[in-house]
Formats: sequence, C-alpha cells, structure tokens
Amino acid sequence: MHEMSLCEGIISVLEAEAKKQNFARVKTVWLEVGPFSGAEPEAMKFCFDAVTRGTLAENARLEIVTPEGQGFCGTCMKTVAIAERYDPCPTCGAVLLQVTGGEQLRIKELEVV
Amino acid sequence: MCATCGCGHGEVRIEGVTHDTDHFKGFRPAAHAPDVSPARMVQIEQDILSKNNDLAGANRKFFAMRGIFALNMVSSPGSGKTSLLVRTIDDLKGKLPVAVIEGDQETSNDAERIRATGAAAVQINTGRGCHLDAHMVMGALEQLKPAPASVLFIENVGNLVCPAAFDLGEAARVALFSVTEGEDKPLKYPDIFASADLVLINKIDLLPHLSYDMAKAEANVRRVNPRARIMKLSATSGEGLAEWYQWLADPSARAAA
Repeated sequence: MHEMSLCEGIISVLEAEAKKQNFARVKTVWLEVGPFSGAEPEAMKFCFDAVTRGTLAENARLEIVTPEGQGFCGTCMKTVAIAERYDPCPTCGAVLLQVTGGEQLRIKELEVV
Repeated sequence: MCATCGCGHGEVRIEGVTHDTDHFKGFRPAAHAPDVSPARMVQIEQDILSKNNDLAGANRKFFAMRGIFALNMVSSPGSGKTSLLVRTIDDLKGKLPVAVIEGDQETSNDAERIRATGAAAVQINTGRGCHLDAHMVMGALEQLKPAPASVLFIENVGNLVCPAAFDLGEAARVALFSVTEGEDKPLKYPDIFASADLVLINKIDLLPHLSYDMAKAEANVRRVNPRARIMKLSATSGEGLAEWYQWLADPSARAAA
C-alpha cells in the first residue's frame, strides 16, 4: 500500500505550492496516473481521503486521468498503444517494445481558493 | 456545460475512458469551474515523487563524492537477499569494504545477521510502511557513515510491488528471485523487474529437486526488461558467485554487459 506514501507526497507538494502560489484551500486535484506507474487509482482515492484529513486539502475532490501505455516498436519504427509492459506490437507482433509512456505519476492541476 | 468538450458538470473521469485521454492534451478543467466561484486553477505539473526524487539526488551526490557504489536490493520475502549478503561479505572480507542498510517492517534480525559477519549495518524498521524511501536512507547514512570507496547494499523491504517507485539514490538496482518462486515472477511484478539493472536468480543449488524451466525464467525477465544483466547463482553452494563478485568489484565488468 505505497499509495499512502504517494498521497503524503501529494500533500507536501500542495503545501509547498500553497505558499508559493498563495492559496489557502485545495478543492480539486487532477492527477495523471499511468498504467505502469505502480500506483492503483482506486487505492490512491482511498488513501487520498484518509491522508487529506486535517490538511489544506480536506474534502478535496480527486480526479484521476489515466494516460495510455505506449511502447516504441523498433520494427515498425513507430509508437503504439500497449496495455502491459510486455505486450507485443499490435501491428507486427514484435516483442521487446521500449516503453515510452504510461509511467506518469504527476499532479497536473489544482482548483484552489 | 463544459466549454472544452461539452460534457456536463461533475462528470466523473474514469480510468481507461478515451474521452478523458482525448482532451487531456489540451487539459483545461477551468472550463468546468462555476463562473461565480472564487476558485482558480493552478497548473503545477509536479511529479508526486518529486520530494523523494530530490532526496534521492542528494543521496546520489553523497555516494558519488565518496566513491561509494550503492545498490538497491529488491525481492520478495524469503528469496535469499540476506543470505546472499552474508555470504558475499564473508567471501569479500579484506578485499572490498562493505556496509549494509537493512529494511524490514519489524525486527533487527537481518542487521544482526550482517553485523555478525563484522560488517557495519543499520536497520530501518518501516513500521506500517511497505518500502524504503530516500529520506529513510538519508537518515540511515548518518548513522552508518559508510567508508569511502565501499560497496553499500541497501536491502529493501521484501516486497515486489511498492519499492519499484522509490529511487533511493542507488547506482544500480538489483532484483532477486529464487528458483522456488516459479519462472513467472517477472511477468507478475513487471514494474520492479523493468526497473532492475541486474537480475539475480538465486538458489540454483535446488534445481535438481524442482521442475524449473531456466530458459523460460530468463525469457520472462527479457520480456519486461531487455537491458538487464541476468546472473544465476546460489548463496548456499557458491555456484555463480564469482561473476557477481566481479560485477561488484569491477566497474568495467559492469559496463561490459
């Protein structure tokens, strides 16, 4: 359940940003959680509610956006969509694609007051 | 109605729904906010792990300044990390200075096993935590004070999921799995194996008693991580350890993968 630590990481980013960008409360947090980020969106939501209690983000809404997993196929010489790290190229069936997208674990944007 | 895409207010964004992904590129949730609200949007684009990554960077600098070769050892519980370290320290005694940071949820049993070899060790107990992070390692370094030009083994909590995301400042990540765990561990836990520089397949002395397909195990590692070096060894019989010791002691052996 490292999602708890990740959510604590979100709070520390929010606290630093609150000082820098001069806001008191966070109403909504938009996260980008890639399929290969190692974090589970449902667990993130569960932990977020627990971790934000008593902080500037108490009762904030958490919106999770899931970018698609992407790999580069050296045979087709193009980027293709993949569901798992080890999926073969959907066009030519080649294996050993280089993962180029889907590892994101980022705070994109905040709605603040 | 949202000016970006025409969706209604309060629409839940669901994982895997392409609608979300499509307008994520020009992501402007401001359009969803009620016009009269004093709320404002703040773009931050920050990695959730940025704080950990900053501390990992500081650890990396600490190691580089002292010529310390730091390894993050990850595996499931019981795959033989501590036994391999005990054997390694014994065999390299007098040849290579070694220090160890031990991570476990509870007990200092592993640090005591390491200290019994004469090597310096510090135990981190993570309590409810399931992984080590860069901050914990930073605290342990103050206690441990590893010698310049030593090898520092950081034995992570036995867990093939959570440690994957946390950079500790290591020079290399070593993932270990034993032949008793089956050939498909890399496919079941791809994130951690994908992040490894070296994969050790341990307990090969037990192969005569098992129906283990080594070629399949290696192919499974390759499927999630084509670049990692793979070594097969046994901390009990000593088979395969020479290659591991050479990799530890000689940077040119590591470069020539």
